[in-house]
Amino acid sequence: MNDTFQNTAAKRPLVSLRDAAPWLVATGFLLVMPFIFTANSTITIMNQMAITIIFALAYNMLLGQGGMLSFGHAVYMGVGGFMCMHILNMVEDYSLPLPLPLLPIFGGLFGMGLATIVGAFSTRKAGTVFAMISLGVGELIAACSIIIVAFFGGEEGIPGDRTYGLPFFGNEFLHPIDVYYLIVFWLILSALLMYLFSRTPVGRMANAVRDNPERAEFLGYSARKVRFISFTASGFFAGVAGGLFAINYEILTEENLSLILSGQILLITFLGGVGFFFGPIIGAIVFTLLQTVLSLETELWQLYVGALFVATVMYFPGGLAGVLMMHYPSVKLGKVKSLVVPYLKTLVPAIIGLLGTAGFIEIMFHGRHAAVGDEQMTLFWISLNSHSALPIVVTLVLAVGGIWVARRFAPEMAEAWHRSITPNAPPPPAQPPSTRDAA
Amino acid sequence: MSAGQGSPPALELAGLRKSFGKTEIIRGVDLAIGRGERHAIIGPNGAGKSTLFNLITGRFPNSGGHIRLHGNDLAGLQPFEINRMGLSRSFQITNIFPAMTVFENVRCSLLWSKGYRYSFWNMVARSRDLTLGTEAILEQINLTARRNLPAGVLSYAEQRALEIGITIAGGADVIMLDEPTAGMSHSETDYIVDLIRQVTVGKTLIMVEHDMGVVFGLADRISVLVYGEIIASGAPEDVRADPKVQEAYLGAALEADH
Repeated sequence: MNDTFQNTAAKRPLVSLRDAAPWLVATGFLLVMPFIFTANSTITIMNQMAITIIFALAYNMLLGQGGMLSFGHAVYMGVGGFMCMHILNMVEDYSLPLPLPLLPIFGGLFGMGLATIVGAFSTRKAGTVFAMISLGVGELIAACSIIIVAFFGGEEGIPGDRTYGLPFFGNEFLHPIDVYYLIVFWLILSALLMYLFSRTPVGRMANAVRDNPERAEFLGYSARKVRFISFTASGFFAGVAGGLFAINYEILTEENLSLILSGQILLITFLGGVGFFFGPIIGAIVFTLLQTVLSLETELWQLYVGALFVATVMYFPGGLAGVLMMHYPSVKLGKVKSLVVPYLKTLVPAIIGLLGTAGFIEIMFHGRHAAVGDEQMTLFWISLNSHSALPIVVTLVLAVGGIWVARRFAPEMAEAWHRSITPNAPPPPAQPPSTRDAA
Repeated sequence: MSAGQGSPPALELAGLRKSFGKTEIIRGVDLAIGRGERHAIIGPNGAGKSTLFNLITGRFPNSGGHIRLHGNDLAGLQPFEINRMGLSRSFQITNIFPAMTVFENVRCSLLWSKGYRYSFWNMVARSRDLTLGTEAILEQINLTARRNLPAGVLSYAEQRALEIGITIAGGADVIMLDEPTAGMSHSETDYIVDLIRQVTVGKTLIMVEHDMGVVFGLADRISVLVYGEIIASGAPEDVRADPKVQEAYLGAALEADH
């Protein structure tokens, strides 16, 4: 890749356009978004999304890059957030000259501080030992939220007001849009730093320790220390996310420390794909959309998210990013077009089948749980009676039929994909008289 | 590298013992391996050869005795600390980073010796000394053409070559190879033996090996380990002629080999 530079003995430019392009595009995209989606409610969703992205990227420093499965990472975000909330209140009480945009640094430092303490003993081993310690510590600190009321605020949590700080170039952060740009700044900075971290010697060794800790030790590296450094760095960025959470929501409660949130970030990261740097970003976007948009449509949204997660784990262990990257060779070989028809033939019936299934579940749920006498429901913008047979039959037929057709075309889709990633693949088996059908 | 009269041996084992529970696997091994020597440890299956390797490299703690590397006692040191003192090893079962590229495998093995330690402020891709050093090693082990492949997809012989590359990359002056030619065809074995000879010039080599052709072709001295004890140690022809060795092990192995 870099051969040309070495041959000419020229010094590599600090940043090549190819390396910078994705970052510039992403930055431009983030800056323009509020002009496309101007509603306050949408900006609120984007704020939540951006915070989740930072947290998921931080989490993936452990899971994807360091091979450490944590069941309690919410506490680092939470503690960073609580600390920021206290600092925010001190700014208000003592009129401290601290501009709001700097607040997440303190969240990061406290997240890192806690990670230093916990990491000192939890990173000795990866695998089950690490996972169990993370679970225990997570539960311990979540329990503390009710015990140490002065810090965690008990059940009410700790509220604050972001507008009391020093105005930042005249901006008092009254509106979600002001907060959006603050969060976007931290998102780009954190993501860039986490990406660069993965390019450093210790970041490379984090991968090595993940794959083969013993080998890494015989190359001069203490696997424990490599894990510890990843862990503290991850704690820092989780804390930054916590600080942004404090700014955005102006309240932190025990929920911010809960195992539910810890489980959610694992789910998000895995859904997006742990094997690629950008995987958790996709996961965070998809999950936040499901959480905010789908939850408005149906009470059962968590069921669907759960099903999506299980399907990802079982069929696409590389996550959504893995599915995307499966097609990188096809793009490189310029064979994407050949995929369109086979994909449509499988995916359209599959989607119909899944929607049919979801419709069936919704009708059943409505029939069982709606108030007595309430038989009208709306499903995909169609008003229907949940107690009549016709909608049930229709959804069942769609479900079974769609999935049956999708399964029929699935082998064709798989074959099309295989052909698209093979450089000199033979033309589709239409040219010689089709032997497969005859057989 | 000149071994003066007073300088300690590269590796010295004194009264080394190791027990697993009640079973004593290594039963008092004394051995001194001089600088620049190519030393082979042979012995029947279950003699404790791999255990001996694991004791020396800090994988297992020993139950008694001393291990000294260039005169420094290795007691209580972790594998990574021993590695930093200039001892590097390969494994009987290929032990590489299969998901990472060949290039990355070698680069990771260079990081510590090039002084990068736990740095999180250097970019590995921008470090010329790393890139050039990695390319030099890849050239040595003939894997330049394979540099961008995941190490796991290499052929068995290529993986073994890569592991030798990883083992020598850090510039350790004591190289320990655990059955480097195990499971290889004749031509592959010849290739690996040539490779070992090239990359260990001027270094101390300690190897466990079953293939007697390899042992007698490569080693300056041989030690025969039987049931946790060294029953003979010396030049290949002396060991071959030793009646104790013939009785215990070598005759049968030689016959089987020819």
